[in-house]
Amino acid sequence: MNRVPLERKVLSENDRIAAELRNRFSEHNILCLNLVSSPGAGKTALLARTLEAFPRDQRVAVLTGDIQTDNDAVRLARFGFPVKQITTGGTCHLDARMIEKALSDWRLEHLDLLFIENVGNLVCPSSYDLGEAAKIVVLSVAEGEEKPLKYPAMFHRSELLILNKIDLLPYVPFNLAKAHQNAQMVHPGIETIEVSCVTGEGLQQWQRWLEARLEASRGSFAAT
Amino acid sequence: MHEFGIANSVLDAARAEAQLRPSMRLTKIAVRVGDLAGVDPDALSFCFEALVKETDWELVVLEIERPAQRRRCLHCGSEFVVTNHNTACPACGEALTTFLSGNELELAYLEMEDL
Repeated sequence: MNRVPLERKVLSENDRIAAELRNRFSEHNILCLNLVSSPGAGKTALLARTLEAFPRDQRVAVLTGDIQTDNDAVRLARFGFPVKQITTGGTCHLDARMIEKALSDWRLEHLDLLFIENVGNLVCPSSYDLGEAAKIVVLSVAEGEEKPLKYPAMFHRSELLILNKIDLLPYVPFNLAKAHQNAQMVHPGIETIEVSCVTGEGLQQWQRWLEARLEASRGSFAAT
Repeated sequence: MHEFGIANSVLDAARAEAQLRPSMRLTKIAVRVGDLAGVDPDALSFCFEALVKETDWELVVLEIERPAQRRRCLHCGSEFVVTNHNTACPACGEALTTFLSGNELELAYLEMEDL
């Protein structure tokens, strides 16, 4: 019996492409953010409100992933910024190769900010690095405060938690304090912003977070 | 349910290694799936078995190691294993702790025997 040590990552091919993408993003000073959540938590609504508030000359683009349909791309394209749908045809997550392919005919020098809207799923997208600077997890109050404990990998890997649909708090049995506590349990120090994409509450704080991240990424690229 | 893709990646890597050793037969593939890897070990085994069924590798065993999440306390410095997702320090109760390991999704080793 011979034992052959391998000691390498299972998804090393995905990680290799993701590392290439990360290099390309940093060469072009692009902040890439990967939005993840369960289906219906409000990733598209958050992006719609975000794009709506940008000036016309904002250098932003969106890649939006879905198993079927181009509904999200249609919803987001009306703001005038480049949007491309990635239809996975059954696959429950985006992988780095899909991002590489989707970007193949885009000129990255025209971008400062790239949003990737992942397939709605709190499990599988957590395993796939897309070359992003940060994952942002969106959790809606209609889903229940125990989600960070049920899906710890996703909350562990996300830098920011957007707690969405807070306009529904009077109508749903959602324990806000417990939600924060659960998120901190699986990811001590995770940043959290409470928003409603219907009333607009909290969106300014999210925009400030974005601006600070854009500023920081420009600064860090300039320094290297 | 991305375990089919993961199982396929495991098989691809094992195939590449096996090709380097044509005089040997693969008997076991060992992988490491951390508590925080976001991969279900039962689903991974199921997918692996489905993929090797009625192939030359039907008898190859997939062994899955399950490393727990390990963290270090920022207050007292003790290192501990996380149970029930409670990341607070069991020694001093401090809430701020840093992640050490437990999100591995790695190929550990192959076992092969001479033909």
